[in-house]
Amino acid sequence: MKSEIKLFENGKRLDGRMPDELREIKIKAGVLHRAEGSCYLEWGGNKVMVAVYGPREAIPRHTQNPLRAIVTARYNMAAFSVDDRKRPGPDRRSREISKVISEALENVILVEKFPRATIDVNIEVLDAEAGTRCAGLTAAAVALVDAGIPMKDIPVACAAGKIEDQVVLDLGKEEDNYGSADLPIAISPRSGEVLLLQMDGHLTQEEFDKAYDLALKGCYTISEIQKKAILEKYQSETGGQ
Amino acid sequence: MTIVPSIKRDYLAKLAKNGKRADGRGFNDFRNIEIETGIVSKAEGSARVKIGNTQVLTGIKMDIGEPYPDTPETGVMTTAAELIPLASPDFEAGPPREDAIELARVVDRGIRESQLIEVEKLCIEPEEKVWMVFIDIHILDYDGNLFDAASLASLAALMTTKVPAKRHDLGDDYPLPIKEPPISCTSVKFDDIVVMDPSLDEEEIAEVRLTVATDKNEDIRAMQKGLNGSFTRDEIKKVIKASIDNGKKIREQLYKSIGK
Amino acid sequence: MDQDKREIVIPSQFLGEIKDKKAGKGTFVEKGKIYAEILGVISNNSNYINVIPLKGRYDPAEKDFVIGIVIEAMQSSWLVDINAAYPALLHVNEVPWDIEFGETEKYLNKGDSIMGKVLQVDQEKKLQITLKDRNLYKIKGGYIFHVEPSKVPRIIGKKGSMISLLKKYTKCRIFVGQNGRIWIDGDEDGIKKVVKTIERIEDESLSYGLTNKIEDLLKKDTKEVH
Repeated sequence: MKSEIKLFENGKRLDGRMPDELREIKIKAGVLHRAEGSCYLEWGGNKVMVAVYGPREAIPRHTQNPLRAIVTARYNMAAFSVDDRKRPGPDRRSREISKVISEALENVILVEKFPRATIDVNIEVLDAEAGTRCAGLTAAAVALVDAGIPMKDIPVACAAGKIEDQVVLDLGKEEDNYGSADLPIAISPRSGEVLLLQMDGHLTQEEFDKAYDLALKGCYTISEIQKKAILEKYQSETGGQ
Repeated sequence: MTIVPSIKRDYLAKLAKNGKRADGRGFNDFRNIEIETGIVSKAEGSARVKIGNTQVLTGIKMDIGEPYPDTPETGVMTTAAELIPLASPDFEAGPPREDAIELARVVDRGIRESQLIEVEKLCIEPEEKVWMVFIDIHILDYDGNLFDAASLASLAALMTTKVPAKRHDLGDDYPLPIKEPPISCTSVKFDDIVVMDPSLDEEEIAEVRLTVATDKNEDIRAMQKGLNGSFTRDEIKKVIKASIDNGKKIREQLYKSIGK
Repeated sequence: MDQDKREIVIPSQFLGEIKDKKAGKGTFVEKGKIYAEILGVISNNSNYINVIPLKGRYDPAEKDFVIGIVIEAMQSSWLVDINAAYPALLHVNEVPWDIEFGETEKYLNKGDSIMGKVLQVDQEKKLQITLKDRNLYKIKGGYIFHVEPSKVPRIIGKKGSMISLLKKYTKCRIFVGQNGRIWIDGDEDGIKKVVKTIERIEDESLSYGLTNKIEDLLKKDTKEVH
């Protein structure tokens, strides 16, 4: 739904950001007691909690893969996380997001080490403000490391988009609603390879390249925040008083 | 399913016979309680409560809808609880099972029967439009005693909820009209020992459970017995007394946390 | 600078080149470079770079002593939880008792704890354990609690030094399973002391000089009691 709302004011976006600026991101690893790995992440107005369970034997048996572990990410939005209350339970959008996130994570987890097992990644969006799938995947990656799951890389996600003919990084609330393109991507930072990519809207090839580059840059910045969060949690174990 | 080793069961029972609990608490002591409100910006009210390591987040959403035909000038309240797989290795994804349903209904009754929300003040147009209050309980970390954590989180959330009148062109936002909150206290029994605010271990070996919600006048507002064991009349009386005592302390902490 | 701390590595962290060192446990190789595959600490011995995990389920190895909890008694075997990614199978042929077909419940039931040994781990990670050994038995009494399996070596200590300290100062019987389960038997205070001390060891597992620190702590505690 396009409207007359102005998304730029003196070269700055509605929330005061520059076109290539990220919203504020805070990440904390190992926050839950029962989960084997967990992560709490705030990204702009997004608040996401992720818990990882596993690897554990997949039940029922017919779901087992004799050669590797199955990775199941479950993305869910809390009823109170959005403007109009959402009926509890997975809807089609949640299920699609769960699928693309599972696929991204499967790429980097060393699944052959756990035949017949399942690794369950539970992503709960507690407060939503555009870009929840990127927030979810980024938090899930940290939770997986926190759970001690062997991985060849720590994936990270970020989106870029287009508002009023300008390509910008990390769409915020109104930008998501009134912008003309949205491109979330997830990468394996070590190799730069793309693990998740979706696009909707309208971009010329040039605009796509610009958006891709911006999102990539965003990913690398966020990757540092992920790593810092993990080290912060575990460094304190190396010699307290 | 997580199996409890029978050795643990025996150990807890042995300790209990000597008047002790595994974490050093008295039989009627609660674990450390933390209450934080205003967590979710998209919700009209929200609160996160921790009792020990158990963590529950309740969000309140409000919308306009039709009243029930038999109460045409009263607002509507519904409570739902999600035992999301995030919170425990034993919670499965899917539609709420009996545990989640019982939890939601017990919390709901505690709030509804105490008339905490002044639903008569939530009428916009008789027979046509009333305010609907949705209480959604999200369990984040399960380490024993979901009833009390869920109830407390719901109370704290409701007591800091703002009716979103502005969004519906009905004037300025205003605080949800509420009265005195009933405080819920849950106890379990194992081997003839009754303890309050069960830890996960104690809950796993519990034979029977009793939740009692009391108000500031020391009157009882809701009760629920769960599991397939039984209570004696005497045990129930003792639990009621301990619930009133703890209810006082928790009520004080609740008011403090919402800034009253 | 900080002599007290061991360095933590995270998955995908570059550790060295294949031309200089060999890739040990917890690492993977890509294009001649060695990377960490797990959250852990580096352990260099001889020519190998190893990463010791900080977290994660117990990874069963044959001959490991483990404390298991029986999940289910079946016709001629039991399913046992040993805190691994998979349950382990205990066959009637692997116990010291003569069991009639279908009588498994009489000997071991759901919730019973056993001191067992890992017999076999096959390619599909199907696990088998045994109770047939002088040192293995069904556990009676005492208290069981969990620690991170990765912390077990620290709790046992070099040549059992840490665990001996614990036994000496608390007068408790203690058994540490490789799978992160610990069994303690003794008086109430003794058990509490062991649990508290082990939690302390877990928290500071990566610092140097821990054994001495713990000994001082235990000594002080004992003195205070008298």
